[in-house]
Amino acid sequence: MGNTLAEKVWDAHVVRKGEVQGAESQPDLIYIDLHLIHEVTSPQAFEGLRLAGRPLRRPDLTIATEDHNTPTWDIDKPIADLTSRTQIETLRANCKEFGVRLHSLGDAQQGIVHIIGPQLGLTQPGLTVVCGDSHTSTHGAFGALAMGIGTSEVEHVMATQTLSLKPFKTMAINVEGTLKPGVTSKDIILAVIAKIGTGGGQGYVLEYRGSAIRALSMEARMTICNMSIEAGARAGMVAPDEITFAYLKDKPHAPQGDDWDSAVENWRTLRTDDDAVFDAEVSLDANDLEPFVTWGTNPGQGVSLSQAVPSPDDFADENDKAACERALEYMALDAGTPMKDIRVDTVFLGSCTNSRIEDLRIAADIIRGRVKDPDIRMMVVPGSARVRLDAEAEGLDQVFKDFGAEWRFAGCSMCLGMNPDQLAPGERCASTSNRNFEGRQGKGGRTHLVSPVVAAATAVRGTLSSPSDLDPLPPASTGKPDDVVVPAASNAA
Amino acid sequence: MEKIIKHSGIGVPLRQSNIDTDQIIPAVYLKRITRTGFEDALFAEWRKDLNFILNRSPFDAGSVLVAGPDFGTGSSREHAVWALKDYGFKAVLASRFADIFRGNSGKQGLIAAQVVQDDIELIWKVLENHPGTEVTVDLQDRTVVCGSVTAPFQIDDYTRWRLLEGLDDIGLTLTHEESITEYEGSRPDWKPRTLPARS
Repeated sequence: MGNTLAEKVWDAHVVRKGEVQGAESQPDLIYIDLHLIHEVTSPQAFEGLRLAGRPLRRPDLTIATEDHNTPTWDIDKPIADLTSRTQIETLRANCKEFGVRLHSLGDAQQGIVHIIGPQLGLTQPGLTVVCGDSHTSTHGAFGALAMGIGTSEVEHVMATQTLSLKPFKTMAINVEGTLKPGVTSKDIILAVIAKIGTGGGQGYVLEYRGSAIRALSMEARMTICNMSIEAGARAGMVAPDEITFAYLKDKPHAPQGDDWDSAVENWRTLRTDDDAVFDAEVSLDANDLEPFVTWGTNPGQGVSLSQAVPSPDDFADENDKAACERALEYMALDAGTPMKDIRVDTVFLGSCTNSRIEDLRIAADIIRGRVKDPDIRMMVVPGSARVRLDAEAEGLDQVFKDFGAEWRFAGCSMCLGMNPDQLAPGERCASTSNRNFEGRQGKGGRTHLVSPVVAAATAVRGTLSSPSDLDPLPPASTGKPDDVVVPAASNAA
Repeated sequence: MEKIIKHSGIGVPLRQSNIDTDQIIPAVYLKRITRTGFEDALFAEWRKDLNFILNRSPFDAGSVLVAGPDFGTGSSREHAVWALKDYGFKAVLASRFADIFRGNSGKQGLIAAQVVQDDIELIWKVLENHPGTEVTVDLQDRTVVCGSVTAPFQIDDYTRWRLLEGLDDIGLTLTHEESITEYEGSRPDWKPRTLPARS
């Protein structure tokens, strides 16, 4: 019997097999190829090293950036919030002391930790990648085994470059067919989570497969893998292919010369064997998929945009029923309200889920030549300083500014309420981020998770919308020769 | 780490599923650079409601949390475990835990005991009908006892062994340092390095 992609990557990183004791085997000791660090989950780990008198074993496999706490305005001024500033300064001191490469605020490579790994070409097929952040699953889009870890494990990796891990089960997520225009990889993953639930992936590494996945760009694959954790999975993966290799070629840290050929030869073996068996399989038809949005307070509480807010009576399970009731109260929604009638206050385009250049292009193509709803605040936050520069080179910043959106500097921003970008109590947001938990975007804030396509259309109409709900543009006013109102989202190779 | 064999303390019934780590500790408390002192941050938003269970005696003195399925979902923040421990919790009972939360608990000596939902329901009833009832979590026998309810729980062998022995993970791994060095010698040259920086 053959092996799955996840098993192949795992097997190539076993430093020491766990001994079998009684009915259960001990964990395997797994080597870590790339350790990403940021300011929030690292200070206590560095302190642990210091107290134990241990060095950081492999600074050359470690890289740090500043993202969670950092403001997205006035980045040339000292950080106003003192505790945030202290945490950032602590990271800078720790990186200096332990010899870790750091991309600080203001640096062209600074940005969300899961954006900079791929952009620098450090994220590659077949690697084991970890970070003290659950959205590390993003890097699985390259066929890497990438996992979020806690601070104790961060310290463990710093000291040993390994982790003690129990082998995971494997789950195939088969997505066959062709996405309709205006439907993106974000809609795929929101539909997957709604289908298997926030606990459906517990104990599993997910592998996204099928013709719809193969057709996706790297950016779109990263969006899917990013939210694997929202289904409870430890990691999500896509087997590398020509699209992966083309993305990596000539990235700063991609292998060069003969090394490139050796690497690609190895990467081509990183696919699930035809006779391999997954522990579980789930299938989704891409042809049927519509834009998907959440109504509740966990990412599994979602429906198609054309549907209505569900009622607690729609759920058989007592816990689900209670969760629905609580969510409707928090979200101030009535069962039966069409999703498209829900009016929002803010549109947030950003986060490690959807802040790459392709996401900005998709949104810009929809709003170009259109007028923003006057009551909507729209924030556009590129995932990294590099993405921001690239977008400006293409003139996307001007499209957003002309539309009346805020064009900000890179960071985690409004995805999580720990920097100045937050929702006010009761404020409702259409957000391209990954979590709609109570208070996630600011105390009392109400979050609807959406794709960049839905975010852009919502900013025009004021209520949750897809581009098909917008009035067509007069051909002359677009400023673009080929008037593509709805881009073939996320399908570009 | 301190050895843990058995713990008895007041049980706190928290009838809710999908308690994510943003609820256990909101992000604003994650800016601290210390490893202790997070007791005020535990369920910080919910505790503003005077009727929240931890604002009521005798539950405010509880040390065994009994929660709904999918406890600890979302963010990997280990601060969630620190906050529970700093408040005084020694164990959490639930029918399903998020993987990262479960892992973090094991590292910090918080027992994440997986109990089937039917038994959770029975324990909830005991704790609600007789507030202040103690729950005993026996790591040696892998059982929980609450009033007349005795239920088995699951925890993986390795975590249980480490907790029973109070072992430090990093110390354990470094006993295999030769294997790590040997593995490093076999890694292909084309694997990426962050240093020297290229951009």
